[in-house]
Amino acid sequence: MEALAALWDGAFGSPFAFWSATLVRATPLLLLGLAVAVAFRAGVLNIGAEGQLLLGAAAAAAVALAFGDAPRLVLVPAMVLVGALAGAAWSGIAALLRRRYGVLEVISTIMLNFVAAAMVSWLVRGPMQEPTRVYPQSSSFADAAHWPFLLNGQRLHLGFALGVLAAWGLWWWLEHSAAGFRVRAVGGGARAAASAGGVDVGRTISRVFLLSGALAGVAGASEVGGVTWALYEGLSPGYGYTAIAVALLARLDPRWILVTAVFFGALDAGAAAMQRDAQVPSVVVQIVVALVVLAVLAARYVHARRLAQRAAPETA
Amino acid sequence: MTIASALALAGIRHRFGHTLALDDAHLTVAPGTVHALLGENGAGKSTLMRIAFGMLAPDAGTLAVQGRPVQFRSSADAIAAGLGMVHQHFALVGPMRAVENVALGSRGRLDLTATAARMREVAARTGLSVDPDAVVATLSVAAQQRLEIVKALVRGARVLILDEPGAVLTPDERADLDRWLRQFCADGGTAVLITHKVREALAVADAISVLRRGRSVLEAPRADVDDDAVVAAMTGEALRASPAKAGGAAAIRGLVPTPSAEPVLALDAVTLRDARGVTRLRDVTLRVARGEVLGVIGVEGAGVRELLRVLAGRLAPTTGSVRRPLRVGFIPEDRLHDAIVPAFSLAENLALADAGHARGRLDWRGIRRATADVLTAHDVRNGTADRLAAELSGGNQQKFVVGRERRVGVDALVAENPTRGLDLRAAASVLAALRDAAARGADGPAVVFHSTDLDEVLAVATRVVACFNGSVREVPPPTDPEDRTAYARALVGTL
Amino acid sequence: MIEFGVLLLPFLEASLRTATPLGFAALGELVTERAGVINLGLEGAIIAGCFGALAGAGLGGPYAGVLAGIAAGAAVAMVFAVFVLALRADQIIAGTAMTLLALGITGTLYRLVYGAGGAALDTPTLAPWALPGLSSLPGLGPVLFTQPLPTYVLYLLVPALLWWMHRTGAGLALRAIGEHRAAAEAAGVRSQRSRAAAIIFGGAMGGLSGATLVLAQVGTFNEGMSAGRGFIAIAIVVLGRWSVLGTALAALVFGAAFALQYLFQAMDWALPYQLFLAFPYVLTLVLLALLRGRAAAPLELGRQD
Repeated sequence: MEALAALWDGAFGSPFAFWSATLVRATPLLLLGLAVAVAFRAGVLNIGAEGQLLLGAAAAAAVALAFGDAPRLVLVPAMVLVGALAGAAWSGIAALLRRRYGVLEVISTIMLNFVAAAMVSWLVRGPMQEPTRVYPQSSSFADAAHWPFLLNGQRLHLGFALGVLAAWGLWWWLEHSAAGFRVRAVGGGARAAASAGGVDVGRTISRVFLLSGALAGVAGASEVGGVTWALYEGLSPGYGYTAIAVALLARLDPRWILVTAVFFGALDAGAAAMQRDAQVPSVVVQIVVALVVLAVLAARYVHARRLAQRAAPETA
Repeated sequence: MTIASALALAGIRHRFGHTLALDDAHLTVAPGTVHALLGENGAGKSTLMRIAFGMLAPDAGTLAVQGRPVQFRSSADAIAAGLGMVHQHFALVGPMRAVENVALGSRGRLDLTATAARMREVAARTGLSVDPDAVVATLSVAAQQRLEIVKALVRGARVLILDEPGAVLTPDERADLDRWLRQFCADGGTAVLITHKVREALAVADAISVLRRGRSVLEAPRADVDDDAVVAAMTGEALRASPAKAGGAAAIRGLVPTPSAEPVLALDAVTLRDARGVTRLRDVTLRVARGEVLGVIGVEGAGVRELLRVLAGRLAPTTGSVRRPLRVGFIPEDRLHDAIVPAFSLAENLALADAGHARGRLDWRGIRRATADVLTAHDVRNGTADRLAAELSGGNQQKFVVGRERRVGVDALVAENPTRGLDLRAAASVLAALRDAAARGADGPAVVFHSTDLDEVLAVATRVVACFNGSVREVPPPTDPEDRTAYARALVGTL
Repeated sequence: MIEFGVLLLPFLEASLRTATPLGFAALGELVTERAGVINLGLEGAIIAGCFGALAGAGLGGPYAGVLAGIAAGAAVAMVFAVFVLALRADQIIAGTAMTLLALGITGTLYRLVYGAGGAALDTPTLAPWALPGLSSLPGLGPVLFTQPLPTYVLYLLVPALLWWMHRTGAGLALRAIGEHRAAAEAAGVRSQRSRAAAIIFGGAMGGLSGATLVLAQVGTFNEGMSAGRGFIAIAIVVLGRWSVLGTALAALVFGAAFALQYLFQAMDWALPYQLFLAFPYVLTLVLLALLRGRAAAPLELGRQD
């Protein structure tokens, strides 16, 4: 009971809890949830959002540290762009491995997650370590690299606005553009898309992989630019994996990802408070994430059965 | 003691979801006879036989083998009771050796040497020989069917159930099979032949049963029935004419374009090798003009599949040139995988046809309107633009696909086994749509049509070509329209 | 150069030791995949096995730890089997969820039971066990036969699996299910039962893998200590071309890749250690790309019901 109260207070208990904890944690989940969703919509099982986020964060941090004296109006967009490119480059490896060599992307993206973690670990102890060489982290960014806050006195930052914009844009693109329709068609039935529609399935999949990585990379840039203002090793407490639940719970619909990302953001924020106030470990969130995914799978089964009963049978 | 029946099913009822697939179906097969079970696609033949073989449990009804009541929990029980089944899509594991396929289902230690010995024993006794060490995927279709029978016999089957065994065989191979079945029954075995082809059934059977919409409607000795009686029982009406006799060909034969007409589809010296380097089409030259329905015949692996895809622009030839309109309508055989996305709405499935080259924004309102037009024009029942394709019956899905592809294929339309799995009514309407398209003459598309059912091809086509071993040659129309020998020989490359 | 020669035998010994948990996990996954199911929950079974081994060993000694690890891995696989077989869930997503679930549950339990910082360092472990006679054979004798018990179990598992898959009806049935399930069913094989058994066996082997990791290698438990070994094991199966011997061999290669860390630490080269941390993962990617193709994969692999 005490733990639940702590969870609620940590997520919604005060304006600060909501605007500065819940929504700040929802921000990477939103961008990553979109990244996962767009890939899944094409049938690309990108489990590598975690690694793509780390690459985006590292690249954006490098830009922030190298050009700290640039004006914010230039520096922040540059961080977004470079983060996106780095994330796309990282997912591009998996895309290439799948298209050229037939490597299952689930395996390759997970492997790349480990490599990315090792890479960041090396960066913050090597070339990007702060000058005193004591802590495994980079120097703090100059003010110009701090992403603007959206509200006075709250920690909600530009990244959230980007996420909302991306959600809307992605929804429109998937539903109303020809390119987005191709993505859905490939995910719905790659053979039909190729045979009936003349869709280049390989190219569509590679492109969506890059888009997914770019979104995850922006999430990384948004974390270093809006929250930590430096590159750390433990930058993401597994956001990339939580994002899978965020996307699936929203049934891969970008509009619903806005809702589920906030839900999991609240859970994350609440769990942190719970660990502080009630000594319940915050890894509990991972259990909830897994249970949500399993519940979605079970619900799909029920739905599929209902659909099967409604449909007239094929030849017996 | 003589037993009245080798296999008896009575009062069988089975339900799939909300659909009653079988209702009071029965079948009594006398020992030592070939018994044909007839019915249209979807009448419940396969369901009934899967129940007989223990693959499905009936909701109600009883089974008896050699006069003894039985209850099967799986096909293992049916095999133990002396039943054997030859499945339409052979139940063989392709990458494994023949002997392993025969041993499959045994328990404990494997003794493949003993199994191979038993296969040779069966071969010596029945003349059905298959190399035990051959990898199944490398065997010909006829050899695979032989292996299926050997598999059943090695396990001691006395009652064989054969599901559409003729569908994959050439006429000669089919005659061999019929001869073998009669011998098998003369030696005391019993065979149940499942088919929807009346001619095939009457040629070999001692007795006939007919299922219609899950009910038994006829059971009689062969001598007591003729073609028309069986067809009437299958369709539930005194049929005026089967699609084979619908006279469509005669009606459009007059529309054959003059030789000077510019062909819409043209292949010149086309050769196609697949990814493994096997030649699928060799040196094919072909012309199809507007108003023509080019019928394509050929057994599995003869190159029909590839020819149709090259004509439809779905495959690029290795060498040679193809002239075709930018967009060719294509009705592929495997509807659910190659033509539609079942989880998409019908409007989305319509848009699918343009997905490859559409740019910018999609006009969903216009697409919905076009979908509604297709649904009305092609009599798709229960369809609305927003309904999921998965919710339609197979026949209505196919009518939708035909409508969509006719829209796309203004100049050329390629159809591959478009009536597969449809009931007679839906099949007739699909064939009619193809005929209509061509009957527009110079305003209509060039139509290429393939069916595994020769009758269907002859009913629709204005001209027939046969594929054999990757080569394509024209079959000149016989002087007697009932004479099929030329077609049969073309199928095996001896024309 | 002298240094290298001195280090070679210890390196081989370490390779074999690190290969052992990978071998268990990969051979278990091999059986699962030959039945047509890809279980990405293997990582979860391994971490569950790690935690089960820790708890079991604390209560009843190292052998109890091994059994508890096996049971924990099998339990994770059982849940996966329910989702994949009974609820016809997507194998990839269900497997990923099982991994997340097991990581979450073990992490939570570990912190609740052992406290946030307190690692259980007094876990009883399985010491290497020199086989009399064999271990004093010249050359590789000491490397092969001075190993903890699980390695010997692995030596026996490889021929046992080979025999079972190719010389028994059940093994033939399993392979047939993976290639063409309908055909196997038509031949009287109960495919759902076989698949469930194959999944649970794979999970149990994953659990044994985790138990080995804790009791014969690391000596304690860390959150997330499975460190992707489950996924690497899946890659090992691909590299081993879905054959028992190939898989065992590929596991050895990866054991060596992990053991490189120790070698290079011992040789004191001035390279960042993260390079060696990342090496097994990079190696996985490179080898997967080089040995391209799913040609040898069971045809039904990953197919949803």
